[in-house]
Amino acid sequence: MDIPYTVEIRRDTGLTNGKIGIWLFLASEVMLFGALFASYILIRTGAPSWPRGDTMLNVPLATLNTIVLISSSVTMVMAWASLKRGRFGTFRIYMAGTILLGLVFLVVKYFEYSAHFHEGALPSTNNFLAIYFTLTGLHGLHVIGGMTVNAYFWGPGAKLWKTNPEWFTNRVEHSGLFWHFVDLVWIFLFPTLYLL
Amino acid sequence: METMTGDHTAADIDRHVRVYITVFVSLMALTLITVAISYLHLPLPIAITVALLVATVTGSLVACNFMHLISEKKLIYAVLGLTAVFFLALLALPVVTVHDGFWIH
Repeated sequence: MDIPYTVEIRRDTGLTNGKIGIWLFLASEVMLFGALFASYILIRTGAPSWPRGDTMLNVPLATLNTIVLISSSVTMVMAWASLKRGRFGTFRIYMAGTILLGLVFLVVKYFEYSAHFHEGALPSTNNFLAIYFTLTGLHGLHVIGGMTVNAYFWGPGAKLWKTNPEWFTNRVEHSGLFWHFVDLVWIFLFPTLYLL
Repeated sequence: METMTGDHTAADIDRHVRVYITVFVSLMALTLITVAISYLHLPLPIAITVALLVATVTGSLVACNFMHLISEKKLIYAVLGLTAVFFLALLALPVVTVHDGFWIH
């Protein structure tokens, strides 16, 4: 039996099932990160003193990572636009770029974490580092998740393009929505943790 | 061979791509502005307001253009509206808990 409403629009929602599904998932993700942001506010406002992020963290590296992640959002949306134009080869180039930029983000994060650990700055050291490692660690896991799905669509999952290009395009759009959300979270994490 | 999928025409996609490039340049500029502002060492309440304001503008550009929220269906807006209500309630919780004399002491 075929999966219903992968390409055709449902009359009641005006959307495909996949589109509704990914947005509901993203709504739950907003609440997950929202709970951590609320914890951050509570811990910070309750602390007698709180360090400025730039005194403990590497702002130039984080700025580089912000540029990398925003660039990856652009390559992701260009990958989807390429499929919309029926240019599968171009899609593959943009998608490979997105995955590579995700990898660059993680490598930069690895160097940041390594420097902290080398200095003995651990999550148990103080509340600032605890919330920093929790938020950036969870965000990093999301980057890995997004890269895994994107790699699947770049590789084995791309077979669907030959049999059902519209369904494949929709799948890439949904994976793109997740990737842009990951970018969106970082856009708020960067000033909150590093600059304030 | 070029084929079109979905309800977008080639002209639509070309227009989208031009917007994506414009948004990309704007996002880069906003990122640099965010960092530049932090070097001004503004008083904390002002720094928080400005930083979150710039982040909101940056995030809105991503959500509206890359996530196509600027032209989505009503149901998606409804889902996000409900999420926003719960999200704001969640952020308000710390304020409520420290508000002496409110319903939580």
